[in-house]
Amino acid sequence: MAQSVVVQGKGPWRPELLPAAPSPCLTCVSPSPLQWASAGTRWAAGSGTWRCGSTPPSTRSGGDGPDIYKGKICSLKARALLIDMEEGVVNEILQGPLRDVFDSKQLITDVSGSGNNWAVGHKLYGYQYRENIVEKLRKAAEHCDCLQCFFIIHSMGGGTGSGLGTFVLNLLEDEFPEVYRFVTSVYPSGEDDVITSPYNTVLAMKELNEHADCVLPIENESLFDIVNKIHQMINSGKLGSTVKQNSLVTSSAGSAKTVQEKPFDAMNNIVANLLLNLTSSARFEGSLNMDLNEISMNLVPFPRLHYLVSSLTPLCTLADVNVPSRRLDQMFSDAFSREHQLIQADPKHSLYLACALLVRGNVQVSDLRRNIERLKPSLHFVSWNQEGWKTGLCSVPPVGHSHSLLSLANNTCVKPTFIELKDRFMKLYKKKAHLHHYLHIDGMEQSCFSEAILSLSDLIEEYNELDATKGLS
Amino acid sequence: MSIVTVQLGQCGNQIGHEVFNAICSDVHGTHVLCSKKENESYNDACKERFFCEEESEVPVARAVLVDMEPKVISQTLSMATRSGYWKYDDRSHFCQKQGSGNNWANGYSVHGPKHKEVIMNLVQKEAEKCDRLGGFFTIMSMAGGTGSGLGAYVTQCLRDAFPTSFILNHVIWPYGTGEIIVQNYNSVLTLSHLYQSSDALLVHENDVIHKICAQLMNIKQISFRDVNQVIAHQLGSVFQPTYTAEGGLHYSRNPLGDLMETLVPHPEFKMLGLRNIPQMPENSLAYSTFSWPGLIKHLRQMLIANAKMEEGIDWQVRPPRLGSSIPSSYSTNKPLQFNTSIANLVILRGKDMHSVDLGSFRDPSLYTSWLNPQDAFNAWKTPRAFNKYEKSASLVSNSQFLLKPLDNVVGKAWNMFASKAYIHQYTKFGIEEEDFLDSFTALEQVISSYTIL
Repeated sequence: MAQSVVVQGKGPWRPELLPAAPSPCLTCVSPSPLQWASAGTRWAAGSGTWRCGSTPPSTRSGGDGPDIYKGKICSLKARALLIDMEEGVVNEILQGPLRDVFDSKQLITDVSGSGNNWAVGHKLYGYQYRENIVEKLRKAAEHCDCLQCFFIIHSMGGGTGSGLGTFVLNLLEDEFPEVYRFVTSVYPSGEDDVITSPYNTVLAMKELNEHADCVLPIENESLFDIVNKIHQMINSGKLGSTVKQNSLVTSSAGSAKTVQEKPFDAMNNIVANLLLNLTSSARFEGSLNMDLNEISMNLVPFPRLHYLVSSLTPLCTLADVNVPSRRLDQMFSDAFSREHQLIQADPKHSLYLACALLVRGNVQVSDLRRNIERLKPSLHFVSWNQEGWKTGLCSVPPVGHSHSLLSLANNTCVKPTFIELKDRFMKLYKKKAHLHHYLHIDGMEQSCFSEAILSLSDLIEEYNELDATKGLS
Repeated sequence: MSIVTVQLGQCGNQIGHEVFNAICSDVHGTHVLCSKKENESYNDACKERFFCEEESEVPVARAVLVDMEPKVISQTLSMATRSGYWKYDDRSHFCQKQGSGNNWANGYSVHGPKHKEVIMNLVQKEAEKCDRLGGFFTIMSMAGGTGSGLGAYVTQCLRDAFPTSFILNHVIWPYGTGEIIVQNYNSVLTLSHLYQSSDALLVHENDVIHKICAQLMNIKQISFRDVNQVIAHQLGSVFQPTYTAEGGLHYSRNPLGDLMETLVPHPEFKMLGLRNIPQMPENSLAYSTFSWPGLIKHLRQMLIANAKMEEGIDWQVRPPRLGSSIPSSYSTNKPLQFNTSIANLVILRGKDMHSVDLGSFRDPSLYTSWLNPQDAFNAWKTPRAFNKYEKSASLVSNSQFLLKPLDNVVGKAWNMFASKAYIHQYTKFGIEEEDFLDSFTALEQVISSYTIL
C-alpha cells in the first residue's frame, strides 16, 4: 500500500514569488501531490490532480493540458516524502508526468510489502526504517522557511499505509511536537477484499486517536458514488455542451471516461481537490483568511474528538460565470446533503459540534451569512456551540469554476462508521482469526489489540454522550 | 499633535487601509462648502494628525502594520501605494508566516513576548517622527487570534512604554453567528485585558454595519470591503479636524485627549459607541437635503432608544421624568429600554452648523446624576463638509449602548466554558482556566456597572 508523508511548508507558493535562481528543492508546489492506495490493491498516480490543482494564478486562464505548466513544474519540487514497502506504485509515479516533481531522495521503498499486516508495517518496518525516515523528514523540514503542518495520506485497511503510516505519525509527534498533524485516512468498506482490514484499521485508529491533531476520514464507497453521479450527469446530457470537460473535478485526460476505466484516478482526484481547497486560503488572498491552524483550533473542542467529515461542492462546473444567486445557494445546500459527504454519513440528522465553511471565488460575506441563516434551522448544534460556525472567504476560485465550497464538520455522524468498524473487528477477534500473523511479530502482544479496541470503544462512548444531549438543547 | 495608528491582524489592517483612504479622499474632496482658507486650515490639521510629509511625493501614513501572516499586509501596502494619493512607510510593518490560528493565547502569550521588541521599535520610530505625539489609535478585531491576542499584548506594551500617552482601541465586534467558533472566548479575553491598559474602547459591530450596508446603502452583495468602508467613514467623521470650543480660532490639536476628557470621566466606564448620520449611497447624495434640526432629532432619539441606525428607530421611548430619585434599573420610572448616558459627544460637519440648537442633548434626564449636564455633553464642529455629505452628524457615546452586546458575548462564552470545550487549545499556550475566570469576573463587573446607571 502506498503512503506518503507530505511536509507542508509555508514557503513561496506562487511562481512570482520564486527566488531568482530557482534551485530544485527550495520552492513549494501547490498543492503537494497525492498518492493513494485504495483499501483494495489498486492505486492511482493522481496525475489528474495536477491539472486541477497546480494552476499558478498567472496561467489560470490558459486552462488545459499539462504542457503549459511543464516549464513551471520543472523548477518546483514537492515537499513530500513517499513511502511504500513495495516498489510498484512509486515507480509508476516516477515514470509518469509528475516525475520531475519528485526527487529520488524523497523516497523510501522496499520490495516485499507489508502483507496487509499492520504489525509488519508498524513494528517491523517502523523499527527498520526509523533513522532513514527521520533523516529525510528533517531534510525536508529544513527547506521550509516556516513549517506549519504535516499532511499524512494513507489508507487504514492495509499494512504499510496503516502500520508504517501511523508509525510515522508517532515519529512526527516526537520529532516535531509543535507542528500540526493532519491525517487523511481512507477507511475500508464492509466488502473489503482484505480480510484483516478491521484489525489494521482499529490498530491504526488508536494511533490516530492519540497522535493526530485532525483526521479527515474518507470512504471509497462515497467517492465511488460521487464519481458515478458525475458520469451520470455527463452521460444523461443534463449539462449539455455547456460543461467544460477539462474542468470536471474528475477529468484526467480531457474526456469523460466510463466508470470502469481507472475509477481510482477519478476518486483520488476528489480527495486531491479536498486538500487543494483546504489549503487555498493559505495560498491565495481573501477577505477572511482561514489557515490550517485555525481549522484545528475551531473544529476540535476536545482533544480526541478530532474526526472531521468533509464535503465538496460543486462537483462539476457551470459554464455560466455570472451564476445567479439561486445556484450559489444551491451549492450551500448541497454541502450538507448526504450525497456530497466523503464518508457514508448524514450530518444533517446527527449532532454538530462545529462546522467550517471555506468558500472560494466571488462570494461575499452577505452570501455566506444569508446561507448560514437559511440552513441553520435544519441543523442540530450542540448546546454549548449553537453558533458553531467557522468561515473563510478566499478570492481565488478553483480552475474552471466560478466558486466552490468546502465544508468540514465535527459531527457525531462519524459514529456509525466507527461502530461498524468495531463490529467487524469483534467478529474476527472473538474467533481469534488470523491473530497469529500479528502476534508473531516482535513487539506485538495481545494487549495491543485489547488496548486498541478499548480506545475505539471509548471514542464511540464520547460520541454517544454527546448524542444523548441532542434532545436537550 | 499626531496620532500613530497601529493596525493589528487581518481586520485591523483592512480597516486601517480604508480609514486612511477615507481621510485622504476627504482631503482631496471638492464639495467642501467652506472658504479656501478654512479648507486649507482643515487639511493642514488633518495632515499633521495622520500623515508625515518626509521626502516622498505623497503623504506617508503614520501607521505601524502588524500581522502574523504576510498576505494581508503585502496587499494593504500595495493598494495604498497604487492609489497615488498616499502610502505607508515601507519599513513600518512587521509580519510572520504562520498566523495565530484564531488562538488568543497564541497571540498573547507566544507571539506577543516573542516579537515585542521588534514591534515596539517600529512604534517608537513612528512616535519619534511626530513633532508632538497625541496618542495611539489601535485597530483590531476581538474574534481572531492576532488582532485580539497580540493586540491586547501590544496595548499593554504601549501603556508600559508610553505611560502618559492616550490609547484608544478601536475594536470590531464580530457577527453574532458565523465568523469564528471560539470568537466569544477571544472576545472575553481581549476586552478584559484591554480594559486594564486602554483609555477607551471604541466599538463597531459587524452586524450593525452590515445592516447599514443593506438597508441604507442599498448594497446587494455586501463584502467585507463595503463594511470596512462604512466603518472608515464613521471613524473619519470623528477624527477629522474640528473646533472643540465655541468661537475657537484653531482646529483642535489634541483629538484623543479631548475625546478622553469629554467622554471617559471614570476608568470603570470605557465602552464607547458611535453613530453617524446620514448614511446613504453616494449617487443619492446629490438628490438629498437635510436639515440640522431633523438630523439632531434623529440622532437624539437614536441615543435614547439605543437604535443602531437611522431606520427603525423606536420613537416611543422617552427619557424618564426628572425628579425621580431612585437610580436603579428596577425603578418604575425608567423604562428598561431607555439608554442612560454617562457622557455624549456630538460632532457636526458642514453648512450652517453654527446655528444648530443642541439643547435637547443637554437634557439632564438623559444622563446619570453624577455629572453636570454641562460637563456630560460636548459638541465639536466645523463648517467644512466631510466626505461629500453636505451635513454630517456623529455621536460618540459613553452609555448603555454596548451593554446588551457585551452581556451576549459574555453569556455565550460562559455557556461554552461551562462545558470546557476548546479550553485545551488555550492551555496549550499558557492561558489557564483561572485566566478565563478572571476575565469573566472583570467583565461581569463592567456589565454590572453599566446596568445600574
